[in-house]
This record gives sequence, C-alpha cells and structure tokens, in this order.
Amino acid sequence: MLVSYNWLKEYIDVSDLSPEEVAEKLTRGGVEVDAIHRYQETINGLVVGEVVETKPHPEAEKLTVCQVDLGTENAQIVCGAQNVSEGSKVAVAIAGTELPNGMKIEATTLRGEESNGMICSLDELGVQEKLVPKEYAEGIVILPADSSVGDDALPILNLDDAILELDLTPNRADCLSMVGIAYEMAGLLDRSLQLPEVEHGAIRENAIDQVDVTIEAPEDNPYYGAKLIKNVQVKDSPLWLQNRLIAAGIRPINNVVDVTNFVLIEYGQPLHAFDFDTFGSNEVVVRRAEAEEEIRTLDEETRRLQNEHLVITNGKKPTAVAGVMGGADAEVTSETTTVLLEAAHFHPARVRKASKDLGLRSESSIRFEKGIDVTRVTEAAERAVALLEQIADGKPLAGTVEADHRMNSEVTINANVTTINNRLGTDLSLEEMTDIFRRLSIAVTSVNAEEFEVHVPARRPDLLIEEDISEEVARLYGYDQIPITLPEGTTTPGALTAKQQTKRNIRRFLEENGINEAITYSLTSETQADRFLHQTEKNETVRMALPMSEERSVLRKSLVPHLLEALVHNQNRQIEDVALYEMGSVFLSEEEQLTKQPHEKETLAAAITGLWRTHLWKGEKQSVDFFIVKGIVEGLAEELGLTVGLRFSQQAIDGLHPGRSARIEMKNQTVGIIGEVHPALQKEWDLKQTYVFQLDLETIMALDAEPLQYTPLPRFPSTSRDIAIVVENKVAAGEVEEIIKEAGGEILRHVQLFDVYEGEHMEEGKKSLAFSLTYLHPERTLTDEEVQDAHQAVLQALEVKVGAHLRQ
Amino acid sequence: MINELSRLEDEALQEVVDATTKKELETVRVTYLGKKGPITEVLRGMGKLSAEERPVVGQKANEVRARIQEAIESKQQRLEEEELEQKLAEERIDVTLPGQPLPRGGKHPLTSVVEEVEDIFIGMGFEVTEGPEVEQDYYNFEKLNLPPDHPARDMQDSFYVSQDLLLRTQTSPVQARTMEKKDGKGPVKIVCPGKVYRRDEDDATHSHQFMQIEGLYVDRNVRMSDLKGVLDTFVKKYFGEEREIRLRPSFFPFTEPSVEVDVTCGLCGGKGCRVCKHTGWIEVLGAGMVHPSVLEMSGFDPEEYSGFAFGMGVERFAMLKYGIDDIRHFYTNDTRFLSQFKRA
Ligand SMILES: [Zn+2]
Repeated sequence: MLVSYNWLKEYIDVSDLSPEEVAEKLTRGGVEVDAIHRYQETINGLVVGEVVETKPHPEAEKLTVCQVDLGTENAQIVCGAQNVSEGSKVAVAIAGTELPNGMKIEATTLRGEESNGMICSLDELGVQEKLVPKEYAEGIVILPADSSVGDDALPILNLDDAILELDLTPNRADCLSMVGIAYEMAGLLDRSLQLPEVEHGAIRENAIDQVDVTIEAPEDNPYYGAKLIKNVQVKDSPLWLQNRLIAAGIRPINNVVDVTNFVLIEYGQPLHAFDFDTFGSNEVVVRRAEAEEEIRTLDEETRRLQNEHLVITNGKKPTAVAGVMGGADAEVTSETTTVLLEAAHFHPARVRKASKDLGLRSESSIRFEKGIDVTRVTEAAERAVALLEQIADGKPLAGTVEADHRMNSEVTINANVTTINNRLGTDLSLEEMTDIFRRLSIAVTSVNAEEFEVHVPARRPDLLIEEDISEEVARLYGYDQIPITLPEGTTTPGALTAKQQTKRNIRRFLEENGINEAITYSLTSETQADRFLHQTEKNETVRMALPMSEERSVLRKSLVPHLLEALVHNQNRQIEDVALYEMGSVFLSEEEQLTKQPHEKETLAAAITGLWRTHLWKGEKQSVDFFIVKGIVEGLAEELGLTVGLRFSQQAIDGLHPGRSARIEMKNQTVGIIGEVHPALQKEWDLKQTYVFQLDLETIMALDAEPLQYTPLPRFPSTSRDIAIVVENKVAAGEVEEIIKEAGGEILRHVQLFDVYEGEHMEEGKKSLAFSLTYLHPERTLTDEEVQDAHQAVLQALEVKVGAHLRQ
Repeated sequence: MINELSRLEDEALQEVVDATTKKELETVRVTYLGKKGPITEVLRGMGKLSAEERPVVGQKANEVRARIQEAIESKQQRLEEEELEQKLAEERIDVTLPGQPLPRGGKHPLTSVVEEVEDIFIGMGFEVTEGPEVEQDYYNFEKLNLPPDHPARDMQDSFYVSQDLLLRTQTSPVQARTMEKKDGKGPVKIVCPGKVYRRDEDDATHSHQFMQIEGLYVDRNVRMSDLKGVLDTFVKKYFGEEREIRLRPSFFPFTEPSVEVDVTCGLCGGKGCRVCKHTGWIEVLGAGMVHPSVLEMSGFDPEEYSGFAFGMGVERFAMLKYGIDDIRHFYTNDTRFLSQFKRA
C-alpha cells in the first residue's frame, strides 16, 4: 500500500507533522512504513508557463521554438515534444534546476536557437513511466488552463508529495485504504476524522426498472449492488484525480476507470464499471464458472475457467471474473454512455483461487483476498457515483439494485481490566482503556468497574478475542510505556543435555585439530543422494513434491557428497588444502511412498584434501593420507571414551578407493566409514586426492563410554622388549597386534607398532613388522623368566596363527 | 735456582697471555705444571740444595706454581666466556621468520551464534530442545494457529514431501511438541535452534535453507513486561550493555499481542546511518504473548497459564554481528570465509 501524504491530509489534519513524523507514528503503532518516496527534493525551479508562440526550428524538423510566458519574463525554449501548442499551460524547468534523472537545466543553444529552460514531461519530472497517463506518454505534461503563469508547478502536479510505502501485516487489511489509514492515524494522534462526501443527485428513473441482480452462489458472493449512471462522458480525468492515482501507483486511464480506482484506494472497496450497452442483457447473474468456460478479459486474453472460479454473467455468458478482471466485451470505452457500476463482496477464497490460477493479481484482488469491510460497500458505490456525476457529467439513476445475503456478524468482545493489566504488566484504569477505543472510533460500553464491552466495527475483523483487545490497549498506550520486568515464576536450572554437551565436545575436538566446520544444504540431487551410503537400515530417498530444481530435489542420505562439493568450490578458487567437517542430519526413509516422518539420523563427516601439515620455509610438507584421517577418528574415539572396541576393517565401500577404505566399528557395531574418495570419482569431480570419514553419531552417542576412572601409577618398573617379525604381505598389522595382546597375557600392558618394512632385503610378498612390548606387574617387579615366558608365548602364537618368524 | 724459577714464571705467564685457545692454554699448563714440567724439575733437583736453601726454593716454587695456575685458570675462564659469546653469536636466528602454524579449525559462524544465544538463555534457566526437520503439517502449522486455509500456508512457499509432511518452515513446531509433552504443567522454558526451509530463490538476502532460534516461556502469570525484560537482558548480553531495545506492534498467528523487536544500531549508536536505514534501529527479533489457542491446543489452560515466545534469524544475527553482506556465504563453505571466524 502506497499512502500519499497530501491525500491523507484530506481526511485528517497532519499538516503539523512531516511525512517522516507520520511514518514514525504509524510504524510505532504497528503499521510499518518501509520507505518514504519523494519525487524530488532538488526540483526548485519548476514554474507554470504559457506557450504564447510556436514556430518550427529552422534547422531541425522535430524541434519547435517556443516563446513561453513565465510571468516575470518571456523565455525562448526549444521543445522536442509533439504535443506542444500555443496557449497551453506547461511546466517549465528554468535554468539552474536539477531534474530527478540528474539532468541540470542550463541556458543553451540548440542548433543555433537559444533555449532558456525546458518544458518538462512527467517522465522527466520523476514520475514512473508506467504511471504516466497515455495522453502525456509521448510528450510534455499540459497543466490545467486555470493555472496561474509564474506559479510553482510542483503542487499542481502533486510533485511536492511524499509517498509512504507500507509493509502491512496480514491482520491489518483495514489499512489497505486511505480511510483506514485515517482511522488509524486518528486513533494514534487522538484527532478527528473527515470522511469523504458521498451525496449525489439522481434522475427520476429507477435503476431497479432497468436491471436485475441474481446471486446463484450466495456463499461466494454475500452481497452484490449495481448502480446505473447515464449520460456519461468518457474522457481524461482532471489533473487532481490523475495526481491521486499516480501517487497511489496506479496509471490513470479515463475518468470512469479512474473513479473506480480512486474509490478502491480511498475505501479499500474494489468496484467495477461495465458498459451497460454492451453488457449483453439487463440482468446480472453471479455464479460459479462452468468447467472449461471461456472469457476474453480486458487485457484481450482468452481465459479458460474452472468450477472453483466465480463469474459475473449477463445471464448467458461471463462478463467478468469476480474480483479479478472484467471482460473485454463490456469494457468502458470512449463510446460508453451508460455505466453499470458493480460494488460487491466476494469471498476471499474464491478470488484467491481465480487470481492464482489465472496469474492475475491486482489492487482489487488483493483487497478481496484479505477481506473488505462489508458494511461500507454501498458507501463506496455512492462515493463513486458522486464523483462520476461531478467529473463525467453522469446522471445517476435512483437507487441501488441489490442482492444481499450478508449475515449479521457483529462482534462484541468482553474485556476485563485486571486480566488485561496482568497480561501486559501495566496498571491502567477502566477509563484509560475505554478512551483508547474512543480514539479508534470503536464503540465501548462499560459493564461494571472492571469490565467493558467492545463493539467491533466490520472494518476491524482482526479483533476477535480479549487478547486482541489487550493488544489494542498496548498498541495505543505505547509498547514503550510497558514496564521492563523479569518473570517472577518458578526458577529452573538451565543446562545442556549430555548429548548436546557431547556434540559441542566433538566440534571442539575437530576444530582444535585443524578442521573447519561447514554447513551445507540438506537438499541435493538424486545422484548425489545415493553416494557414500553405509547405513544398515533401509534408506529410501525422501523427495520434494515440488522441488525448485533437480539439484535440490531430495533430502541427503550422506554428508560426504556435500563436503566434497564444498572442496570442489574451494579448489576452483585455488584453495588446495582444505579440511572440513559437518555435523547434521541425514534422512532415511523405510518407505518408498512417505507416510510418516523419515528417520533423521545425526551424522558427522569430514573431508580433507591437499597438505595436512606444512612448514613452508622449512620445506616440510605432509599431504593428507589414510592414517592422518584414521588418527582423527581414533582421537575422537578417545575424546568420547570409546577406544575399547574401536576397529577398522578393510572393506570396499561405495564411492571409496576399494583398497583404501574401511568400515569403522565401535563395540561391535558398525558406526561409519573411512577412506580415500574413489579415484574415478575424484576424476569426475576434478578433485585432488581426498580422504573422508563419516560417523553415525546417533549410534555412537548411544554407546556407553568407558568411565573416567583413575588408575594408580605403577610402583614397579616395567620391562620393554622389541620384536621384529616377518609375515605375508596380506597379514594385517591390526590382526598381529591383537594376537600379541592375547598371547602376552595380563602382564603385557602395551603394544606399539614402530616399524613396517617391505622391499629390499625382504623376501618377495613378505613384510616386516616391528613392535615394542611393555611388560608390567602392578604388585611386584617382574622376573626375567616371567617376561621371557610371556614373550615366548607371543612368538609362538604369531608363528602358529600367521606363520610369522623372527626377522634375522 | 730462584732466578731460574723467576725466569720460568715470566716465561709461563707470557705464554698464558699469548694463548688464544683452550688447547694452547692446556699446552701451557702441561708444559709448566705437568709432571715433567720445569717446575717439577726444579723441585726434583732440590735434594742437591742445602737445608737453608731448600725451604726458600720450595716456597718460591710453590708460589710460582700457584701464580701460573691462577693465571691459567683466569685465562681459561676468559676463553670460555669468549667461546660462549661466539657460540651465542653464531646461534642467532631471525625471530621475524613465521612461526609454525598450529592445526586450528573454527566453528561455522552460524554455530557460534547458536551456541552464544543458547548459553545466554541457559544462564536464564532455559533448556535447549531440538526437533525433526521433516515435520507434520499439524505441528508446523495447525498447532500454531495456522488453519488449513490460511494464506501463509501456501504450497508454493513450503517444501512439501507428502500431503501431511513438509520441511519445517520454522522451529516453532518444537515448541508445540515440547508443550504437548508437559501435559499442561508449567513452567516451560526452552530455546529451539535449528534449520528451516522455505521455497525462496537463493540470492544475497534469501536462502531456501536457513537457521532460526525460537524461545518459549510458559508459566503462571507471565506478563508482556516480562517478555520485555527477558529480551532486554538477552540483547544487552548478546549485542552489548549499551544497546537498547524498542518494541513495535506486529502480527504473528501464534502470538497476541505480537511484537517486532528493534535494537539500537551498533554502527551509529542510534544516530542513524546506512546500516540502519537512517532510523537508528535494527530489527532483530519477532516475539509476542503466546496466543490462547496455541496454549489450549498444546494442553495448557490459558486461564491458568500465559507465556511469551520469540524467534530470531541466525544468519541475520551473524550478518549483523560480523558485517557479512551475502547470506550465500554461509552455505558455500569457502575456507577464506570460514577461517575468519576461528575465534568467534
Ligand atoms: Zn545506524
């Protein structure tokens, strides 16, 4: 809604307030003013001039040399417009004036002819091109003949106006009209209101004898009123009316259409004018459209309708889509003499449906959709008739032809002073509260010292319950006046849950180890969704019913592809060394056709590419590899107290390098995957060597962590023995380690692999593994024999189980 | 012999002076004080002397020996000092060379905002609750006073996955779910952070996925002035003690009265600048008193209980706090962007 400051002044005296002050009042009252537009503060020299003489420019066919009377002086001005003519009053920008488009007017010579100023078009004066009336679209603006030469032309063209652009909340449809804004301002300022003049004359003929109105769908159309105006002269509207429409963002068309639009903005009541002679009958029938029924609308488009649309017909065929757009057949044209004026109330849902299906949203449809004031329909029609009488020489027929199915829906709300004060934290009296409603022109009756009744006018359908009343009280009393207190109720300890704390610990751990947190979109493509899956449960894809694009059409089932996309983004910007992790949900459904919420599984993933550690000027560089990423997972397991039972088993996993990938287990449950991104995939994405892991946090957080319990420091010395064995290449170091631990018994406290070797001096297909074994007894110093026995047992087990022999 | 000792002394002391290295000095020591040195030699020849001469020469020899010893030791010390000085000079490094970078990642700025907001409300006795991102229409809309024909529920605005399921458009369903579990008994004090989704084209100010934090406080006798107090406390803790709040009437289907909360502009301190569109105020929160229908639908008696709710956009908070100008940065995960927030 665009509110003209000058127009508003017709209903309420705000001349002591600047547009900014009016905007501030409205905003603080809950009607937010988003912006204030002014045509131009710099136009300081626009005066009324009279073209006293014109002659063609001797050198240029398209130019006219004009002598213009500016009151104080005569000026020669060269003009390029076709519609400049002797005797016209025009708007002249004198030398030194700056126009809104930045053009500075100066005395100059145009192809040999002096030109001292410029005769302006509306466009040049800052009026949006789409709002300039057709008559002036191609040329200069012609001022009313009674304008005084030498006067300031800005007020005549309403260019001294300020336009307040409102950002209305959906409950305040009452502010979609000038009268509604005036009511609001009157309440906020406690000032009186001047409503428009709606009195008009009538000829002796009765409208009811000329036309019938029938509503076949009363639920969709509770009220329809028709007025007839004869002898209408269709022409351009007077400048004052054009100015009002331009300020409201509506292009002036002709006086009849302009009047309906003017009343639309003034009252918020959409009206429609039909040419009664081309209407096609003398009956108006409102009904649902038949399926596939067609209508040619005002914009010359043929529209196909459905049964959910409401139409105005002449008894045979549609002449308008109710509340949305009129038909071309009964359009008001320059030939029109008798106007059938429709003032109706159509159901919001009907108008919304048609407006949406036909892709037609207009000032009218918007107001019907939000709900109009059903008690003001007739008043608005009277106002339009009065204006048509005044500016189109119309002769109104007596009376309104009506079909009325309106229910009496008067709302009365009981309000209690104490309840409202308790709710707001205020201490207002009954008088203070009821006075607020007087200011808003809302009737109130006091029931007793505590209670009052609010009789809600139809223009305020947002007031329904006592809480709405308390809001009106708070709003007009001023939100600023409400005290600042702290709740006095039950005190509660606030804290994170254990899981929330664990998640924070995981984040901190990863960040402290050099990995940045990423947040990616949950929506992805079908192809991406099926990559890097490792869940053992069913994982059907969750698809959007109405995706915005294929790329974002389904919910993710793995975080890995999203992190890889982020790596690609970075690589494309020459950032080669990237380590990212993300913690978030993946979405797994049991069903192909979703009937219940999918399983949202809390998941953690990381992707690392490029150099992991560097010391550039020392020339130390370490590229990420499997064991760096594995180390992170091991560290994380330690952080979570889940090192016992942590196992990495070699396994080919979809999307990962088959020889460099593993399944991660904790306490015999599969909890994730780790590995190098499959080289084929790296190639496809143009990605450098990248390692990833993904962990199922939901499962992990459900595992019991090892208790954090102190173990006494050893009081007796430990004994260390190294052992180097040769085994088949395919024997896993992890397996060897487990054999050692098992065979070493109680006193073997620690096993540490410290060397892996294959190659020269090593038998083909074999490798050497070297471990350091630490033996310790908590109660006493171990004897050589004890250690020797344990060590022997280890060697034996290794020989038996994996065919190991000591390295020579 | 006495003369001989004096000569040896002069000779030795001269050699000590002439010695420039510890090795030369050691040679001097061995030469004069060693077992085969001339002084030992002199002492050995004392047997030939008379009983009167012997002590005199013996004493002289010991004195000479001691003086040479002393000279060597002091020279030794000086040489060692010089040697150390030289070593230190050689060991000098360029301290302006860059240090070894520590492995250090950072939280995503959105997570920083969420954690900071959570912590402030935890300090005020709130708990943090989370809920599903694929939500039932019923919880996302109906329970929040948005009946099925409400215009705000346009199919075009939400990602539906079935007739009754959609990607939540707000975190408020978590509030509805939490209230439901409370069985009509207060207090409820929660903040609910999370991802939400709307069918918006991504641009500098819109994102089809974004984050919200909503809060709810339901108890007996909760007043609008309490809402004002809690939000004032929060804003001062989050944005700074010098900040003020301003409440403006607004509209949300699930609150009545509803408010829009502005905070004084941090850049101009309220005088007006480009950031605050010359108003001195920046909109940061939506809030209001919980609508009685919402309380009732979640099992709370609106006659007995009242409450307030509030919601904020995490991206907006991060953008305001760090001066970020494009919402898309939060989701492209450019490390040049992320790395700027390590200490956040
Ligand atoms: Zn500012």
